[in-house]
Amino acid sequence: MAKFDPDVSVIGQSVARLEDPPLVRGQGRFAADVSFPGQLHMRIVRSSMPHGRIVSIDTTATLQMPGVVAVWTVADIADIPPIGFRDTRVEQLEPYRQPVLADGVVRYVGEPVAAVFADDAYRAEDAADAVIVEFEEWPSIMTADVTAEFSPGHSTEAMVVKQGYGDIEAAFGAAYAVVELDLSVGRHSGVPLETRGAIARHDAVNDIIELHGAAKVPHRNREQLARMLDRPLSSIHLFEGHVGGGFGVRGELYPEDVLVCLASLRLGQPVKWIEDRREHLIATNHSRQQRHRIKAAVDRGGQILGLDDVFFHDQGAYVRTHGARVLEMVSGMLPGPYRIPAYRIAGHYRLTNKTPCATYRSPGRYEGTFVRERMMDAVASRLGLDRVEVRRRNLISQSEMPYERDLQALGDDVIYDSGDYAGLLDRALDRIGWPALLRQVEQRRHNGELVGLGLSMFVEKSGLGPKDGVFISVDPQGDIEVVTGGASLGQGFETVIAQICAGTLGCDYRRIRVIHGQTNRIANGIGAHATRATVMTGSATQVAAWKLRDRALDAAAELLQADRADLTIADGEVRHKNQRLSPCVALGDISAWISAHPSGTDAPGGLNAEGWFHTEHMNYPYGVHIALVKVDPSTFAVKVERYLIAYDVGRAVNPMMVEGQLVGGLAQGLGGALFEEFLYDDRGEPLSVTFADYLIPTLHEIPAVEVLLTEDAPSPKNPLGIKGAGEGGVNGAGAAIASAIDDAIQCSGAVTALPVTPARLMVLMAAAPKNPAAKDRSLSVADH
Amino acid sequence: MKPSPFQYHVPLTVDDAVTILNNVAPDDGHILAGGQSLVPTMAYRMANPAHLVDINRVAGVDSVGVDNGHLSIGCLVRHAAFETPVIDGPIGDLLPKVCHHIAHYPIRRRGTFCGSLAHADPASEWCLVATTLNAIIELRSVRGTRMVAADDFFEGMMSTARAENEMLVSVRLPLMKETERFGFFEFSRRAGDFGLTMVLAVYELAGGSIVNPRIGLGGVEDRPSRNAAAEQILAGSAPSDAVFVAAAEAASASVEPMEDIHAPASYRRHLVKAGVLSALRQTVQ
Amino acid sequence: MSESLVDISLTINETEYRVSVEPRYTLADVIRHQCGLTGTHLGCEHGVCGTCNVLVDGEPVRACLMFAIQAQGAKIRTVEGLSQGDTLHALQQAFMDHHALQCGFCTPGFLMLLTGALETNPDLTDAELRDVLSSNLCRCTGYQNIILAARAGADRMKQLTSPMPETATLRPADA
Repeated sequence: MAKFDPDVSVIGQSVARLEDPPLVRGQGRFAADVSFPGQLHMRIVRSSMPHGRIVSIDTTATLQMPGVVAVWTVADIADIPPIGFRDTRVEQLEPYRQPVLADGVVRYVGEPVAAVFADDAYRAEDAADAVIVEFEEWPSIMTADVTAEFSPGHSTEAMVVKQGYGDIEAAFGAAYAVVELDLSVGRHSGVPLETRGAIARHDAVNDIIELHGAAKVPHRNREQLARMLDRPLSSIHLFEGHVGGGFGVRGELYPEDVLVCLASLRLGQPVKWIEDRREHLIATNHSRQQRHRIKAAVDRGGQILGLDDVFFHDQGAYVRTHGARVLEMVSGMLPGPYRIPAYRIAGHYRLTNKTPCATYRSPGRYEGTFVRERMMDAVASRLGLDRVEVRRRNLISQSEMPYERDLQALGDDVIYDSGDYAGLLDRALDRIGWPALLRQVEQRRHNGELVGLGLSMFVEKSGLGPKDGVFISVDPQGDIEVVTGGASLGQGFETVIAQICAGTLGCDYRRIRVIHGQTNRIANGIGAHATRATVMTGSATQVAAWKLRDRALDAAAELLQADRADLTIADGEVRHKNQRLSPCVALGDISAWISAHPSGTDAPGGLNAEGWFHTEHMNYPYGVHIALVKVDPSTFAVKVERYLIAYDVGRAVNPMMVEGQLVGGLAQGLGGALFEEFLYDDRGEPLSVTFADYLIPTLHEIPAVEVLLTEDAPSPKNPLGIKGAGEGGVNGAGAAIASAIDDAIQCSGAVTALPVTPARLMVLMAAAPKNPAAKDRSLSVADH
Repeated sequence: MKPSPFQYHVPLTVDDAVTILNNVAPDDGHILAGGQSLVPTMAYRMANPAHLVDINRVAGVDSVGVDNGHLSIGCLVRHAAFETPVIDGPIGDLLPKVCHHIAHYPIRRRGTFCGSLAHADPASEWCLVATTLNAIIELRSVRGTRMVAADDFFEGMMSTARAENEMLVSVRLPLMKETERFGFFEFSRRAGDFGLTMVLAVYELAGGSIVNPRIGLGGVEDRPSRNAAAEQILAGSAPSDAVFVAAAEAASASVEPMEDIHAPASYRRHLVKAGVLSALRQTVQ
Repeated sequence: MSESLVDISLTINETEYRVSVEPRYTLADVIRHQCGLTGTHLGCEHGVCGTCNVLVDGEPVRACLMFAIQAQGAKIRTVEGLSQGDTLHALQQAFMDHHALQCGFCTPGFLMLLTGALETNPDLTDAELRDVLSSNLCRCTGYQNIILAARAGADRMKQLTSPMPETATLRPADA
């Protein structure tokens, strides 16, 4: 519960969020809430064909419908290039980029084929339905197990991402045993409750295109839009309002973003596009779908000598803005918290006729952790060792920190900055009462219940550099504005930044206004992705607040005719450290004074400061998940009875919000482990296009989650020691649930694929050799 | 996901509703009751009716009454009316137990019992209840009223014996005897989802033997149905776990389950067994 | 714009709105775009997610599954009508106190769902409260804090309407 004690530093307190009041009053400004006079509504005509050639597009009827202003096909935007990659240019992948509108060929159901502009959202949809597209159907490729021709001269295998170190052949040569697994993660995704939206208008007076509804990385999208539209950077601005969940998928640059900008310019009216839910489920990035064939070489004691993984990434129809980043993160992060002396991985990046994939919360790690932790369980089973003990024997120890692997992730060398993995494992086991729980489970099993315990360990990453900057200013009334290039996806960005600023400066966090996602306010910004915001923008805020504090003290010393060393700042006032002595001066008054008497080299405009934070490498939070599940023998439904997330965040700026991130992430992780899946029929028709088919967990499916939040290993990479919290709740969920289900049905290695649906579990249990449920237990167990 | 255009009609009496329906039905006119199934299909433009006859303002059809040994349910009685017993006795207890599984709180405030029957989704709880309890469905058109037994009413996946110009004005559920016992099973992936399999088991106990057993299955085949194989085994037997198991296995073996993305036929077949057994066991608890 | 427009009047939060609608316009769209009350959100437009819940004559309903034309004469309440000036409704305060929202997109739907359910039955048990709450989806919080907030808000609503039982019909926001 939110609490604020003004007598101690606000950094580290679970204070109430600054974001909440307008949101609980219904005063939010989400994308669909943004409207401009005279706006047109855009509706996208999407491919109904999984793979084929566009024979013709007939817009005659559409153009005659009431309210219709224009219909565009690729011919109308021939000057606009395909959507490029955001961070890294990978030449190999360029032939696989998505055109803004299908260019003669369609590659997935849902691909934009035409855009209709009308005066009303209802009529735009009527008009889009009247566009007649004739296709010539081509065979679809619906699995990454095979390759074919993507386009002349280009295979559907766009590239193979390879990493590794050590002598892998020698490791397998020396192995006491080799354990091999074939594992799959299903296709699921972020699916925020707010669908995407984009509203553009052209300010003809200044020749500026404004794009509203931006999220995640407004500055980077601005650069891309400028390139694609061939306009000066200064002639485009992006504006982020409230964002109804991001989770990685929202805020990437999609065809619709480009289209509304272009249309606002060419049609001379503001253009609004709001994605509907069906569109969202087939048009917004999917994620996760991979198949891994992994081998481990182990010694007699369960120490892993080498890990060799070949995986197949089902990318869907195009390579979107991330290029090959998910594969890079799988390959760079898969070894996790274990030593693994030799390692080789090859990721086959393959295109299929499904919705394109990209990052979803804990990209590459949810998958990699599932694979690695399945392997740890398999090694334990193979050698007849305890699952916990095998993990313990392989953990990198605290004394080995910083631990450098010869791997890369996100273009950064993987160097674990700090961590006590064994220590967190011990604390997690202690918190959940592992030995007692094992006994309870044994007893319940004896009584005929199918209950099981599972665990997973993982290393996360956060704080991707290289730099971020913020600008803080104090107005004459004493309110403080922190202008950042960050973004808020609902994670509490404003509150965290305000806490860091207030705690550093010495003022009330509630008097701080945090600006984010407005490209016209600050030239640079990293947005909010890859769990960077608190680390990078937070650290930059601290640097700026330090500078501002110095300036305030300098000015106050002059104003108060006091020795600067005797002064401090508290409650937004500069005072003597000995509070009995007056007078004091408010920050707002100092700002007004500086404005009136500009002195020295200070920037104009009163009391303000700019601060930058630089870092060379990411930092690495880590965690342990423990799950207790029960399988219903009559329906094969899995109930999660208890769940513990132990997570070391280095330093928690707002523990309540960190826990919120972890628990919320877990709900998504459980979704992917048990419920959520984008399915297709053999021909390529998407089958999960409603919320009755794509199953987001409700409250009934999510257990009361226990969180053990630790600060044992602050990051040495930033002054506050912060590590990110956005992805630690989701990362280990698939792995822990799989492990627990295996244990519940007493069949190690049974779960090889996520999600574990009841229908699949029925098949697994029927096939399980020596498990007590193989015989039909529905006939002998009491009604549920 | 905006619905296609339609003309809106808002009759105040059943007679007016039936007259309007008669006029617009040939031109793709439909009744709008609770709208909790129809409007989503309109949002997906899978249904694009040209006319909607909104019966929500029709007077005198929103009550539950007892009539000649039947529970009579008017066409505007919402699901929520059955969250607590509407009458003493077994049927009063049965309906809340089933109702609890229907979608979610706001949907139950708006959706109607009769609308569910007219929609005839194979996974509808009320369709299963109607079939299992031998409900009688009252259909009204400008030509008059006819009564159709539930068994004859459901013809297939979202397909019924109702003619396009007929309005489903009420349903009559036979009251259950005090000696009748029941059990209900439903399994869905998430709470409130459509059931992948539902079972309603009802029988009388006379002289220690099962009399008039009715085993209704929903969500399994394209329409709700009674399972003769299971009923045959139960009829005349004394309730016992062995008999229940035999009935469950017979039911499971005799169905031809649907397949969808949540459940292959084999899984539904298994659920039928688990469900029949569960429902029957509830009758002796 | 369209020859099929019908003039209707809607009463939302005790204010009358006169609007022209096509019969197919959903209540949610009209509340948002024609009445300007954008606190009611649309998350799925097919009745599953619950972000569009509003109260119609006291009952929480999906505003995406009702046509605006059907709501004439009804008393409609939306999230904008929950607070009384600066005083937040007990549920709004509880959601803030318990960190029951992150992105806040689902929040109005949860608030209206709970308001309707608790005004109908102020004595909902924890199990009943959970059942009501399972009507809506949240993608950020994992629900645990929503459960806590709902319980705390429900208790506070009761407190505000007690001790005199005869004032039980008094809405907490009026107290």
